[in-house]
Amino acid sequence: MSRVRLCFSPAPVHVRTARLVGVAVARRAGVAEELLDEVRLAIGEACTRAVALHRQYGLRDQVVVEMSDDNPYTVLVTDRAPIEAGLGLAALPPDELANESLTDEALTVGVGFALLAGFVEDLQVRPVAEGLGTEVRMSWPVVRR
Amino acid sequence: MELSLATRTVAEHTVLEVGGEVDVYTAPRLRERLIELVEGGARHVVVDLGRVDFLDSTGLGVLVGALKRLRSAGGSFGLVCTKEPLLKIFRITALDQVFPLYETVEAAVAGSSGSSTGAAPDTPGSRAAGPPQAGEPPRDADPGSGA
Repeated sequence: MSRVRLCFSPAPVHVRTARLVGVAVARRAGVAEELLDEVRLAIGEACTRAVALHRQYGLRDQVVVEMSDDNPYTVLVTDRAPIEAGLGLAALPPDELANESLTDEALTVGVGFALLAGFVEDLQVRPVAEGLGTEVRMSWPVVRR
Repeated sequence: MELSLATRTVAEHTVLEVGGEVDVYTAPRLRERLIELVEGGARHVVVDLGRVDFLDSTGLGVLVGALKRLRSAGGSFGLVCTKEPLLKIFRITALDQVFPLYETVEAAVAGSSGSSTGAAPDTPGSRAAGPPQAGEPPRDADPGSGA
């Protein structure tokens, strides 16, 4: 097993880099080609969420993405935002998505969670072991070693 | 691939062709362009996602914002999308029940003419509206803003 660790300042421009690295490692690990679009989207959503939380709370801490070249291929995205914010995720029902009173931020968070839940069978969102923050853990099966 | 944006007019509809990646970094540019269009008087807007390679929740949020903005202005908003990965995103988020989705610009123009949107068409079949109509007029604007 090998690991790839990526740390980046909480800026939107770096989310694309995280997606590219995450997919490259997934491909090398042996994740099926037909799953790579989902891997790319899920890593992007998890990183977008972390960046948004850091910016919301004015945090300069880096967002950390750890990829484990193992079976299953596992990606861990860690933020340092207050736990109550990080765990406040909820998918939105269709009739609320176009609700006039729904803020853009709430909409994006709800849609982002729906994408994570929809594209990642093995998804966990939990507090970090020490200090503030949450970690999003995602994994996909490896088909060839 | 960077975001590219280009507008043209088809039968009183403003068609915004989007290409590249629409994500947390590029979505603000898409939002700005859509706001410019509405503030400039566009009331019937079709966004063609045919050249979009990647679309995330931020981009979806921008599209919903445009839908709401046009709906409140008495206008219409439709999306052209045939790429299965993108359609899957709309299905998973249930936004396929919010946006009118079409296979071609012509179908979008025909489907939303003179009517305000805000709910998806009743049947999936409306997504594949009829054959292309008369030839499209030449572009009257092509201010692509890709960087």
